[in-house]
Amino acid sequence: MKRYNHILILIAAVAGVQVLTAVLGKQFYLTQLTMTAYYCIAIVGLTLLMGFAGQISLGHAGFFAIGGYTSAVLTTLDLSQFKDSSIVSLLAKLFIVTSRQDLYGGQVLSFNPWAAFIIAIGLTLVIAYIIGIPVLKLKGHYLAMATLGFGTIIYSIVLGTQRFGAADGISSVPAFTLLPGLAVSGNTEFRVRNYYLAWTLVIGVMVLLINLINSRVGRALRAIHGAEDAAGAMGVDTARFKLNTFILSAALASMAGVFLTHYNGGIGPSEASIMKSVRYVAIVSVGGMGSLWGTLIMSTTLTFLSLRGYFGTFDDAVFGAILIVIMLFSPQGILQFDVKALLKKLLRKKE
Amino acid sequence: MFLELFFQYLVAGLTYGTIYAIVGIGFNIVYNTTGIINFAQGEFVMLGGMIAVSLHSLLPLPIAIAAAVVLTMAIGALIEMTFIRWLVKPAVLRMIIITIGISILVREAALHLWGESVRSLPYFTGNEISAFSFGGVRVSPQVLWTLGICSVIVISLNLFFKYTMLGREMRACASNRDAAALCGIPTRNMVTLSFALAAGIGALAGAVVSPITQTSYSIGTGLAIKGFTVAILGGLGNSMAAVAAGFILGILESFSIWVMPTAYKDAIAITILLAMLFVRPSGLFGNKEAFRLKDF
Amino acid sequence: MALLEVNNLSKRFGGLQAVKDVSFSVERGMIKAVIGPNGAGKTTLFNLLSGFAEPDTGEVRFRDAWIHGRGPHQIAASGISRTFQHIRLFSHMTALENVTVGRHVRSRAGFVAGMLSLPWTHREEREIREKSLNAMEFLGIAHLAHDEATSLSYGQQRAVELSRALAAEPEMLLLDEPAAGLNMRETADLANLIVRIRDRGITVLIVEHDMSLVMKISDEVVVLSYGEKIADEKPLAVQKDPQVISVYLGEDEC
Repeated sequence: MKRYNHILILIAAVAGVQVLTAVLGKQFYLTQLTMTAYYCIAIVGLTLLMGFAGQISLGHAGFFAIGGYTSAVLTTLDLSQFKDSSIVSLLAKLFIVTSRQDLYGGQVLSFNPWAAFIIAIGLTLVIAYIIGIPVLKLKGHYLAMATLGFGTIIYSIVLGTQRFGAADGISSVPAFTLLPGLAVSGNTEFRVRNYYLAWTLVIGVMVLLINLINSRVGRALRAIHGAEDAAGAMGVDTARFKLNTFILSAALASMAGVFLTHYNGGIGPSEASIMKSVRYVAIVSVGGMGSLWGTLIMSTTLTFLSLRGYFGTFDDAVFGAILIVIMLFSPQGILQFDVKALLKKLLRKKE
Repeated sequence: MFLELFFQYLVAGLTYGTIYAIVGIGFNIVYNTTGIINFAQGEFVMLGGMIAVSLHSLLPLPIAIAAAVVLTMAIGALIEMTFIRWLVKPAVLRMIIITIGISILVREAALHLWGESVRSLPYFTGNEISAFSFGGVRVSPQVLWTLGICSVIVISLNLFFKYTMLGREMRACASNRDAAALCGIPTRNMVTLSFALAAGIGALAGAVVSPITQTSYSIGTGLAIKGFTVAILGGLGNSMAAVAAGFILGILESFSIWVMPTAYKDAIAITILLAMLFVRPSGLFGNKEAFRLKDF
Repeated sequence: MALLEVNNLSKRFGGLQAVKDVSFSVERGMIKAVIGPNGAGKTTLFNLLSGFAEPDTGEVRFRDAWIHGRGPHQIAASGISRTFQHIRLFSHMTALENVTVGRHVRSRAGFVAGMLSLPWTHREEREIREKSLNAMEFLGIAHLAHDEATSLSYGQQRAVELSRALAAEPEMLLLDEPAAGLNMRETADLANLIVRIRDRGITVLIVEHDMSLVMKISDEVVVLSYGEKIADEKPLAVQKDPQVISVYLGEDEC
């Protein structure tokens, strides 16, 4: 089908890049490309919220962090001393809590990554629901500040709580074995496998979202974006559609957080920072608010360059500058940039 | 002993409260003339403090502060002229993103210029340990300087808006921009002026309070959130109410240390902000009916 | 029983009593008009009926169900479609896409079905498209289906808005000043169109400032003045009502 043409190109590109790195002997690029994939999932989810439902979120890193931290805490928690308590032994029987070896060879009794993943997503859904109901009633500056406030609260909780490792974050998070032989981990032995796993997830998310925006729901969202009152008059439950989109994009951010945390073997408070949220918004803006593919392309490029350290000490400044330049000259995104129109405008001014 | 501690916290709360109030007023000034929230408002406070500290190594204190204020005003005006002035009826979302971008650029520039170190001006009179004693409550002279100068700022702003031609023109611009333009008021210049004014009072407050709170490149975002909280608490656009709201927030924060860890202190402002936005976005002193008519 | 029944509806904005104690009913299959001078409370009444404002007191009953105080989307789902005085089309969407939104209440694909692109959603989409095109054909604008809606001419935009409302296959259609901005010929065409819509079995309630349109086609006319109902009669009787004449022509000339 026509709508999946781009997906085929993406699949070819993913495979092509892997082959290329193998031929050139630059497999180490795959590490950053894998991380990039997970950030892309969060950013594409935000595109759905900003570009299609028309709602800004300046606290999306908060959801990423909720996923990552929940999973990190649960999988590194040592329950050995409660081994004999009835709850823990019940959880152990259900394989929700399992025993594993830590780095130093000791036995640790902690949550199974699958269980932690499900709990993390569940927690995100609940928080997004509770936050979303009041927040999405707001508009414009108020919505921006409220989501910024949410992000700041998550950041200060993460930074101020010993259990979350405060400024150091949480490390030695175990691998997440999805299937036998397929684990999310930073072990270089599994680098290629993890690269394909991450990008398969991106492709899956893209397929789901492309389906969604081409469905009745996508049409309703664009209608809300175009004229909210008229959408309501045509029977679109605007509050519920906005809320569902918010929850969906929060869940995607959280999922990205869980996977990246397992891949990196840890998570730090900077993942929850406002600057991260702003960065996501910047990338969505550059990609063109209403374009999933535009966002995916820009997100891959910018995140990869940033992770490879090409922006040096100007990392944050680059994203700040991108925000301004895009919003000043081409609010429809860089791929829609109309050079002719700009030239015309400049020439007319001089006359 | 309990009473002394109580007043000690109260004074600390008032000091922080005045700074929040000044940032809140800065938001209001820009909001009134342009209808936009300038997310970079907190950076002006940071710039004021940092520039004054740097200049103080060459110049005497009062001149260093005055120069810092003038420079920050120029930066504020320059920001408006470069990024805001030529946009025709921009969407709210676009303006939000642009001012956030500006705030990041200012902060990053400050980081590269001054590094991560924490700085402060010397105490204007006396030093860290000198203090006036009011019935057992010790108050640092710098607190009096801060309260005094901030009061002067608020009073002179009021006089400026009420009694000078320029101030009245700015108010005309705030209440109806098109009508003001028809009356021959250069509305664009008024917008530039409002940015300069907001930058100026932010910078002055930033310089005056730096001996107590210290300053570094990264304080802007936190101040912006608190200033916005104050502006919302008082009702957006209402500067006198922002002063009251500033004191309320400052005092609440200061006393929060009694009941919760300091690490969560910042969460108070945000909780108040969220609660206000959800329950009464027109502010404590705002008019609900009039608020509904505003277009966001 | 009447299709729509309005009982003692009131709404106050601050010091202004916009609608005061208004009652009337609309029988199935009729064209009913609400008229009145500017500021008589017509648009407020309309917003109360379509859920855009909540009445302070009073009740609205549509097909045996109380609908006052419900949200716009719930009222739309119960079978009432509306147009707007100032055309409200969805920007960045084609005319056809605009009209398909009208089918929202007649279709059900949600987030999960949409993401998984389940086979039945494709059947549903085909039906949405067909019915939407039918509605556009009815108004003679099917050839504009793929043009961007907001780039069309004023009259065409009105037609798109009306097709969108009709695509929902409503039991009742609320038209908010449909003749605003139309010339005499266009107004006459509109009158014909409204009669054709009624002939399809759709009950029509029109709010109109202009008397000439409604007198020709309405079965009954409600007259509002300063938020109060001053007449509710057949068009001919309304035209002779001295109170209505004084409201429209001014007290002095009476």
